[in-house]
Amino acid sequence: MELIINGKKTELDCNTAFEVREHIGNLQDIIILNGFQIEENCKVKEKDSLAIIRKGVLPKRDELESMMMARHTPNVYKKLKKGKVVIAGLGGLGSNIAVMLARIGVGQLLLVDFDVVEPSNLNRQNYYISHLGMPKTEALKKQITEINPFIQVAVRKIKVTEENVKELFSGYDVICEAFDKPEMKSMLVNTALEELPDIKLVSASGMAGYDSGNLIRTVRVMKNLYICGDLENGAEVGRGLMAPRVQICAGHQANMILRLLLKIEEV
Amino acid sequence: MRVNGKEVILRKNQKLVDFLEINQYDIRKIAIECNGEILPKSTYHQVILNNEDRLEIVRFVGGG
Repeated sequence: MELIINGKKTELDCNTAFEVREHIGNLQDIIILNGFQIEENCKVKEKDSLAIIRKGVLPKRDELESMMMARHTPNVYKKLKKGKVVIAGLGGLGSNIAVMLARIGVGQLLLVDFDVVEPSNLNRQNYYISHLGMPKTEALKKQITEINPFIQVAVRKIKVTEENVKELFSGYDVICEAFDKPEMKSMLVNTALEELPDIKLVSASGMAGYDSGNLIRTVRVMKNLYICGDLENGAEVGRGLMAPRVQICAGHQANMILRLLLKIEEV
Repeated sequence: MRVNGKEVILRKNQKLVDFLEINQYDIRKIAIECNGEILPKSTYHQVILNNEDRLEIVRFVGGG
């Protein structure tokens, strides 16, 4: 029967997952069947997808990509590979969202930020001491290459203004607004909704402090505009920004972007 | 009219900018959809609201 093994169509005369493993690997190898890591033997059927992974061994490059995506729900990988997302602002939201989208294999990312990494970023942003002083665009691109070398990452070290929104963001499926200042959020959302009528925007508002994480949610406020956050708690004197709530909010944004790339518009 | 899903009664037609000021919206930190269309900021000073209008006003707070 025809099975997909480590990303390749393979003709094999096997009825169970363990038989497949015995045939191509050894007893210690892990088996992922259609997105789920199995411990007990299972029957396999025509077109099933199996990853047989030997721990501690670097696979060949052509097998690595399919192994990395083996835990995805089946049939999302190709859709995500075609996805084009631009992330505006690479702070606590943007740096974490970029890494999440890279991990799930979104095929084309554009990362936009004008700033460099400084020490007060490290309490919530996805950078290391070794990145201090480096442009955020470069620091993040370097990390993503180590996480998923199979996607295209473009960067622009530039400040986003009303004048360059159209030039920077046209042609993408989704714009992720991940700025810090409310005036910048408003500027990008207004300009993009006016000038790029076919594009979806996933924005954020309200993730400061340490109120309940359950207050952070995703709301579709307009046809093309989704907002993630508690919609109230802004960063201000006496109320800081910390990794947990910022990352909860980043997770909401990344998940909404994933849903939009899979053509699901409901929150 | 309806603002963010809630009913608001206008006693007479009102300028959008006046409505925003009375309700303490900061024009630099919001986005407005009026009757299903994004309202360009350049038009805020000309728009007159009436009781048929449906407004969605998004207020952005800082942090990211």
